[in-house]
Amino acid sequence: MIEISELTKRYPGGHEALSSLSLTIAQGELVFLTGHSGAGKSTLLKLIAAIERPTSGHVVVRGQNVGRLRRAALPYFRRNIGLIFQDHKLLYDRSVFDNVLLPLHVQGVTGKDAAKRVRAALDKVNLLSRERARPITLSGGEQQRLCIARAIVSRPALVLADEPTANLDDAYARDIMDTFRAFNEVGVTLVISTHDHDLMRRYGGRHVQLAYGKLVA
Amino acid sequence: MKSWFVHHLHSLRQAARQFQETPLATLFTILVIGVTVALPSGLYTLLDNLDRIGQDHKPQADIVVFLKTSVDETQGKNFIGQIRHNNRIASVRFVSKKEGLHKLEAAGLSDLTAGLPENPLPHSLIVKPNDPSPSTLEDLGAELAKHAEVERVLLDTDWAKRLEALMQLGRDLVFMLAILLGLALAAITANTIRLQIYAQKNEIEVARLIGATDRFIRRPFLYFGSIQGVLGGIVGWALVLSGLQLIEHSVANVAAAYGATFALTGPGMGVFLFSLALSGILSWLGAFFAVGQTLRQVETF
Repeated sequence: MIEISELTKRYPGGHEALSSLSLTIAQGELVFLTGHSGAGKSTLLKLIAAIERPTSGHVVVRGQNVGRLRRAALPYFRRNIGLIFQDHKLLYDRSVFDNVLLPLHVQGVTGKDAAKRVRAALDKVNLLSRERARPITLSGGEQQRLCIARAIVSRPALVLADEPTANLDDAYARDIMDTFRAFNEVGVTLVISTHDHDLMRRYGGRHVQLAYGKLVA
Repeated sequence: MKSWFVHHLHSLRQAARQFQETPLATLFTILVIGVTVALPSGLYTLLDNLDRIGQDHKPQADIVVFLKTSVDETQGKNFIGQIRHNNRIASVRFVSKKEGLHKLEAAGLSDLTAGLPENPLPHSLIVKPNDPSPSTLEDLGAELAKHAEVERVLLDTDWAKRLEALMQLGRDLVFMLAILLGLALAAITANTIRLQIYAQKNEIEVARLIGATDRFIRRPFLYFGSIQGVLGGIVGWALVLSGLQLIEHSVANVAAAYGATFALTGPGMGVFLFSLALSGILSWLGAFFAVGQTLRQVETF
C-alpha cells in the first residue's frame, strides 16, 4: 500500500524534519505514528498525501511515486486519500451536510446518490441529526467526527489522520477511535499520528515511533 | 457529460454565493465597470448620431463647370445633353453668362464689371452629383474637365474632407478609449477576483486537499467575473441611454432653431450585444489572469 524508502525532508533554512526514513505499510493495516512534537509525524503524513514533496527518497502509494507526480495529477491522487486534520479544516460558512458533500462535488457526484452517501457518512459518525447545523455550533469532538465523515465519504482506501484525538476528552477520543476501528475492519488502511499511548494500547494496531525525523521502533 | 454539467452548475452556484456574500462590494464593482463601459459607448453613440446628422444635413456638394468663352449658349445646352446620361450625375443646370452677371451684381460686385465693354463671364453648368462624397466629386470633376467644351471645373470638397477627418478622429478616439478602458475593465475585475480569492483562501486550501483541480477552483471565479462584466455592461448602456434621454429635449430644441428635426438614437441591438459580450469576455480574461496568478501564490505543493 505505502512504501517509503530513504525518505528525507529538509525545509528551507536547513531544518531536517525527516531523515532517511524507510517504512512499509500494508493494505488494511492500522498504524499509529508516535513521537514527541517535532518528531516528523505530521511531515510524514503530508508527504504521503502529496501535500509536500520529499527532498530525497521515495514515497510510493498504491504504485504511484508521490514525489514524481505531475501537478495536474495531484488532485486525482488526493481523491483516493481521506485526510483528517488536527485543526479540522472545515468550511464554517457551510452546513455540516455541505462540508461532507464537497469531496463528492469535486468528483462530480451529485443528486440523490451524493445525498445518500453524505447521509451514510454522517450516520457512521453519529452526526446525521446535525446535518443542517453550521460546524461552528458543533463541539470539538463533533467537529472532528465531521472531519472524519468528509474524509470517508468518497470511500478512500487510505485514511491519514493527524492527531485526531488531540484536545478531546477521553469519551470523545474513544468514540472517534471506535469509528476508525470500524473502517479498518472493512479494509481501510489507517495511518494515525497520536501522542496518546493509552489509546494505542486499547486499539492495538502497529506502532511506529519517530524521534527527530528518524524511525525508532 | 452529466459530470461536466454538474461541475458547471456547482460553479454557477458558487458564483451566486459570492454575489450574495459581498453584495455591496459587488454592486460598486458593477457600477465602476458600468462607468468604464459607458464612456466609450456614450462617445460611440454620440459619433453615430453626428454621423447621421452629417448624412441627413450635408450641404449641397455642387460642381461648377465653367465652359470656354468660345462655347455659345446652344453649344452649352448641347453639352448638357451629352453629360446628362452619366449615372453619377443627379441633375445639371445651365447658367448663362447673362445670369452669371446678374448674380455677380446681386452679390454687390457690380463695380467690378461696370467699366467693361462686354460681359467677360463664360456660360457655366451647376452639376449635382448622386453621391456627394469627396472621392466621387473629385472623380466626376476630373471626368468633366476632360471635355473640350470645359475651361475649368470648380468643386468644393473641403467641407466633406473636414467632416470625414473629424469623424475619423472621433472613431479613432473611441477605439483608443475602448482599448484603454477595456484594459481598465479587465484590471478592475482582476483586482476584485484577487481580493475574493484571498478572502476564500481557506476554502481553496480545503478544496485542494480533498482533490479539487485548479479548473474546479477557478471556474466559480471566472463565472463571477464574466457575470459581473456583463452586468457592468448593462449598467453602462443604461447610463448612456439615460444620458441620451436627458439631453434629447435640448438637442431637439437646437435642431428646431436651425429649422430641422432631429432625435437622438441609441445603439442598435447588434452593437449593444457586442459590447455586452466584449465586457463579459474582458472581465473573464481579467478573472482568468487573477485566478491563475493568485492560485500559484497560494500553492501548497
